Amino acid sequence: MIALVLRDVRRSYAGGGATLTLGFFLLVAILFPFAIGPDARLLARVGGGVIWAAALLAALLPVERLIAPDLETGVLDQMAVRGYSLPVVAAAKMAGHWLAFAPPVMGAALLSAALFGLDSAATVTVLAGLAIGTPGLAALAVATGALTAGLRGAGAVAGLVLLPLAIPLLIFGAGAIEGGAGGLKLLGAVSLVLLAGAPFVSAAAMRIGME
Amino acid sequence: MSAALALSDLACRRGGRLLFAGVSCPLAAGDALVVTGANGCGKSSLLRMIAGLLPPFEGEVALSGRVALLGEASALDGDRTLGAALHFWAMLDGVADPAGCVARALDDVALAELGDVPVRLLSTGQRRRAALARVLASGAELWLLDEPATGLDMASIALLEAAVARHRERGGIAVIATHQPLAVAGAATLDLAAYRVAEAA
Repeated sequence: MIALVLRDVRRSYAGGGATLTLGFFLLVAILFPFAIGPDARLLARVGGGVIWAAALLAALLPVERLIAPDLETGVLDQMAVRGYSLPVVAAAKMAGHWLAFAPPVMGAALLSAALFGLDSAATVTVLAGLAIGTPGLAALAVATGALTAGLRGAGAVAGLVLLPLAIPLLIFGAGAIEGGAGGLKLLGAVSLVLLAGAPFVSAAAMRIGME
Repeated sequence: MSAALALSDLACRRGGRLLFAGVSCPLAAGDALVVTGANGCGKSSLLRMIAGLLPPFEGEVALSGRVALLGEASALDGDRTLGAALHFWAMLDGVADPAGCVARALDDVALAELGDVPVRLLSTGQRRRAALARVLASGAELWLLDEPATGLDMASIALLEAAVARHRERGGIAVIATHQPLAVAGAATLDLAAYRVAEAA
């Protein structure tokens, strides 16, 4: 189990996934000041929401590389032959993906918060929200990866699957910046629901893919 | 090593078509089964059924011992070195001495000097032998080899045949689906063409 998690973490970092996430996140965040204009007060007000939207988009990037390669190369077959249950494999993938995905996102969020001139309280709330929300986002990414594995144009379909389901995370995460602790609690609840359900959804999708 | 495998009255249905039915075959320790038949007659499906990856449409598979599957793909991470990729699977297999097992397996398939080369740089035949090394290092009693000789040269086919023979001497079972003639002494053969089901009109 730990070996599975470590394999996924190593694969994401070795594949340049971390720098890609970081760079993409920052680019999305930088686009908004260009679009909205250099009004510092306005930017500070929308900054938290923009960071959350950027996190969602960054979560989409690695979706195609999470499950599809393992399905193609027969890695999932080999796991099943060794008696690993697919929900456990999916849970290990979520843990591995989160370990590879959350640190660059948090780092990029910190940099973006400085760019938007968020005050320290808002920055702390955004980072706390991301710490709570990214496990749910990682679970959603793995489930989406499993559902779209083997499809042509999987990237586009993945966006249609993942983004609507991530809206509650966005609402409560961004809402917590104004609403405080209540928003964070609801965010935690959404994140837990995603974490609990996603391994089974992913396992069912992987099983269909393997047949 | 105590291995046994019994197929009783197996039938396979893929994409709404019945591929074969009524396949029965008992295998004891040291036995080998060579599965032949035309493309698409269900050889790979039969192996995947034995491995537990496909539920049988009818009948059942009873086996004792651990299973190692050599499928179409090698299941080795392309960006890792051959030694590290094999070590990962040997660890998951829970063998006593993963490093030693991998070294011996690489030796057996004549890839010992390529242990430090990334898997993606290996040729087709080398990758096939690497996948065979994964099976060798697993220490499993029951080998399921799907077209193990694809892409292998004459010398490598001899290595494959020797590995299967050693495995059977130790009391293991090998089920081999193949097109190419392989020298497997005293193996039972199963021609899946004989089990084809005529489509009902």
